[in-house]
Amino acid sequence: MRLHKPDNSVTFTFDGRPIKGVPGEPVAAALLANGIKLVARSFKYHRPRGIMSAGSEEQNALVTVGRGAQTEPNVRATTLDVAEGLEVFSQNAWPSLRYDMMAVNDLISPFLGAGFYYKTFMWPKSFWEKLYEPAIRRAAGLGGLSGQTNEDRYEKAFAFCDVLVIGAGPAGLMAALTAGRAGADVILADEDTAPGGRLLREVEEVDGTPGADWAAQAASELAAMDNVRIMTRTTVTGAYDQGTYGALEQIAGPRAADKPLACFWRIVAQKAILCAGALERPIAFPNNDRPGIMMASAVRAYVNRWGVVPGKRVTVFGNNDDAHRTARDLAAAGIRIAALIDSRDDAQVGADYPVYTGAQVIGTKGRHALESITISHGGGTRKILTDCLAMSGGWNPTVHLTCHMNGRPTWRDDIASFVPTPDAIPGMVTAGACNGTFSTAGCLKEGAEVAADVAKGLGLKPKMTVPHADDSAYAISPLWAVPGKGRKWIDFQNDVHVKDIALAAQESFRSVEHMKRYTTQGMAPDQGKSSNVVALAVLADATGRGIPETGTTTFRPPFVPVPIAVMGAGSQGKGFAPERLTTSHHASTAQGAPMIEAGLWYRPSYFPLPGETHWRQSCDREVGYVRDAVGVCDVSTLGKIDIQGPDAAALLDFVYANTFSTLNVGKVRYGLMLREDGQVMDDGTTARLGEQHFVMTTTTAAAGLVMRHLEFVLQVLRPDLDTHVISATEQWAQFAVAGPKSRDLLNTVLDQRLDDADWPFMACGQISIGRARGRLFRISFSGEHAYEVAVPSRYGESLFRLLTAQAQTMGGGPYGMEALNVLRIEKGFITHAEIHGRTTAFDIGMDRMVSRKKDCMGQAAAARPGLVDDAREQLVGLKAITPTDTLLAGAHLFAQSARAIRTNSEGYMTSVCYSPTLDGHIGLGFLKHGRARHGEVVRMVDHLRNVETLAKVCDPVFFDPTGGRARG
Amino acid sequence: MAELIAISPCNGLLPLTVGAVTLTEVMPERVMSVAPFDGREKAVSTALKEQCGVSLPARNRRNKAAQWFGHGVWLVYADVDLGVMAAVTDQTDAWAVVAVAGDGAVDVLARLVPIDLRLVHFKSGHTARTMLGHMSVAISRTGDDTFEIMAMRSMAGTLVHELETAARGVAAR
Repeated sequence: MRLHKPDNSVTFTFDGRPIKGVPGEPVAAALLANGIKLVARSFKYHRPRGIMSAGSEEQNALVTVGRGAQTEPNVRATTLDVAEGLEVFSQNAWPSLRYDMMAVNDLISPFLGAGFYYKTFMWPKSFWEKLYEPAIRRAAGLGGLSGQTNEDRYEKAFAFCDVLVIGAGPAGLMAALTAGRAGADVILADEDTAPGGRLLREVEEVDGTPGADWAAQAASELAAMDNVRIMTRTTVTGAYDQGTYGALEQIAGPRAADKPLACFWRIVAQKAILCAGALERPIAFPNNDRPGIMMASAVRAYVNRWGVVPGKRVTVFGNNDDAHRTARDLAAAGIRIAALIDSRDDAQVGADYPVYTGAQVIGTKGRHALESITISHGGGTRKILTDCLAMSGGWNPTVHLTCHMNGRPTWRDDIASFVPTPDAIPGMVTAGACNGTFSTAGCLKEGAEVAADVAKGLGLKPKMTVPHADDSAYAISPLWAVPGKGRKWIDFQNDVHVKDIALAAQESFRSVEHMKRYTTQGMAPDQGKSSNVVALAVLADATGRGIPETGTTTFRPPFVPVPIAVMGAGSQGKGFAPERLTTSHHASTAQGAPMIEAGLWYRPSYFPLPGETHWRQSCDREVGYVRDAVGVCDVSTLGKIDIQGPDAAALLDFVYANTFSTLNVGKVRYGLMLREDGQVMDDGTTARLGEQHFVMTTTTAAAGLVMRHLEFVLQVLRPDLDTHVISATEQWAQFAVAGPKSRDLLNTVLDQRLDDADWPFMACGQISIGRARGRLFRISFSGEHAYEVAVPSRYGESLFRLLTAQAQTMGGGPYGMEALNVLRIEKGFITHAEIHGRTTAFDIGMDRMVSRKKDCMGQAAAARPGLVDDAREQLVGLKAITPTDTLLAGAHLFAQSARAIRTNSEGYMTSVCYSPTLDGHIGLGFLKHGRARHGEVVRMVDHLRNVETLAKVCDPVFFDPTGGRARG
Repeated sequence: MAELIAISPCNGLLPLTVGAVTLTEVMPERVMSVAPFDGREKAVSTALKEQCGVSLPARNRRNKAAQWFGHGVWLVYADVDLGVMAAVTDQTDAWAVVAVAGDGAVDVLARLVPIDLRLVHFKSGHTARTMLGHMSVAISRTGDDTFEIMAMRSMAGTLVHELETAARGVAAR
């Protein structure tokens, strides 16, 4: 029912039924206006539940919105705007909300109390994970996910301000006005759709105008200030170090392409003013969970703000003066008040509706909606017909954020509530109801005062003007649980009642943290916003302690549930990680080359030709290019580090195991780099371009690692070295040109003519191709006569196209990673498959490269006896005995006669391939005493893929062991 | 004799206008990293002043010829002769440079960059090494509503994708 006929409406559906709502109101208001009381089934007992609150603290009215991939479960109907075409579904009920089969749980509820599962489903042990837990989880529940990929957009963002005001009620508005007028950079965040807080929901005046009008004026003044940013629908969810706050913004309006549904903000504020208000708490009386039993403040909010009447015969039950406002406002709106029940004997009420003081609600009736209540009064009981009971157990200041950095709130007897402990969050102050100041006048004044202090602290000169408002005192007499039989719900969202908490205490779970875990109180999506204080009061009573001694559980972010989707915003699909593309990328994909990821880089796997149906065909062909003619491969992804300075050579001698100070200008040398612990870190070639100028190459995988290592050495270990290092990886596009015809090919491209005298193996120097100035290195990772040519990246694509076109005229062409891998395995060249972080120079047969003539990184550690033990697994080559048998990387090696069990493992395979050159499967691996076992036959066993192959141990260099081809 | 074709890092990706924000590629003639050797910073600054008319900018600052680029490193937008005073490395082709301009430029960058870009704190001529999404970048303010972002050349596609996605989100609000 509505107080006034609305001017316009929208239609949405609830479980398929069309419902008319008024734009600007929440779904909860529209449901109430249409007389829909039953909106949900409870978590555990599947009890019928209705709307309880009018805010983000809602415990019952969780609904699912949308269909298919766009399904969003567990949305609070109280914070969900009505919209044309919106589809809303109840959840946790089957086959329907009204006739829910799982409501059988409620009938057997005496057996399902706290701890029931732990006691009952103990045996047999293995059944818990496979049977009991899944069954229980299905029965107890919230909404479900669709299981489909959600393409909705979410967003993350950063914001900065001088003053963050959290909450835009009377205190927050005054704080923002005071700080904003003083010139501070202010962000005012509020989770409601408009600023005003309770001013939008109460009948009262500020400075002689209705509270809601005053709030609108204040908001428009703030909106006009350049230095103030108002963020509505934005809940500050957590307080973190150094003035950082998390905030969840729900973005208003209908779905649209590219439009995010929500944004997660990280707000960094010099100062924060918490004006988060207070939340009304329920009273635990028997069967206090029937649809129609609501929070008193919510009942008058629906009437005052949205003109929605939650019931025709309303009763009010409270232990404080504030509850009386509900009766007063509703009566003034012409709604019948069947009774005002105040638990206090001395409550003073002058009203023309029935008032019962010193009375308590001791029972309720009505299956799917409240029909009547029973009260105890004057020694007797009385039944009152009612369809809406408004309850108020008093107000809990919203202290959550002040406790996010391990702060604990302070108990105040006079308001029977916890209030923030000052300075619990550095840089945060509190004002208004969240501070325990409950009158509107008090909130306005405190907001202004606190903000003025903050502004002064920022070096500003604030002026204070505080409007007039109601200053009535808040009187309360604690009432947590009404005595008597029947279940008295405390945590409605997790179905925890008074007896569960008493049981926890009885079974020695007396600490509040233990009680919480035993009963699950406060562990639902609402995190016990409304129930925690009542629960610990009941626990205090059960354990004979006071409330302050009992203490609170730990408050943790987030204050409201934050979708994982918004936390991961921007990281789906291409946003997951940056893509690094080489200059030849498009030219390669245009030839149909599939890409493989190498770190963040994308590199071509192989270049298929028409008619080739298997990658091996392409790979074998490309290997043939290099062995017989010429192949071209983009090697730009290797790290290139420019090293310059008077001590450049000294740095290289320090970081490389071998010596570089003796390298002549115009020459390249292979280098092996050790970690401090003596294990191999990386390898590569370094060229000397000038006396004080080197360019180091690293593997693709370790480019960042080596750069970091060099910076570390220069800054920490050898700050005495006057040398600078900078990455030049991105500056140069570099291509390997490999094969017997490589020089012929380059001689058609370069301005210079290459010959053996000027360009012997391991030479380097400057070249040019027209206006492009480049570098040439005669190095080989394939064992063939080969070069790497580098040009500034802008020319990369053009050079790649030119080189591959020329190669094709000479019986060659481009080759990819697969062929590159085969070529290097045939030559026994290592990659990070071999130098995987647990192998030493000794293991890979390079211990003689570790210079004894100079100190270097890792030298001392590498000399430890355990690292140069002949029994260590040493690099060997392995050939399948039967050429058709395959070898597998990761498989283990066993002596031919030994059983293939873990304790008999003598090593493992690291790299394998089919070698078209040798026509057989070959691989590299590590084998105990390996270098002494060349010629022996071992068993390669792969237990995961069930493959067993006999392989012959050999030297890791399978092809051209003297290296004549590279030099020739 | 062969002649190679030059292709810019953001070739085929830019320019792009989304809502009030325009993304365009900036192509500096020359970008040289300059890292003065021990005790030579003053001398380098003097040489730069003689050759380009401006000194080395302070930390987190940029001027018409040079940009601070980290601890003891600057980018200089010209060929400078510094002899043996500094390590000089050509970086002209190493960076994709994108200008982000327009009313919503700050809002777009607020989706991606974790530093305080408010005009009072990050003024025209200020520069910072920071993150944009998952990428490390250098970001400079060139005007009230204009910024220049440098990301690794190989990541040009990701840079444009991130900026475009953020700009679409801002425009759709």
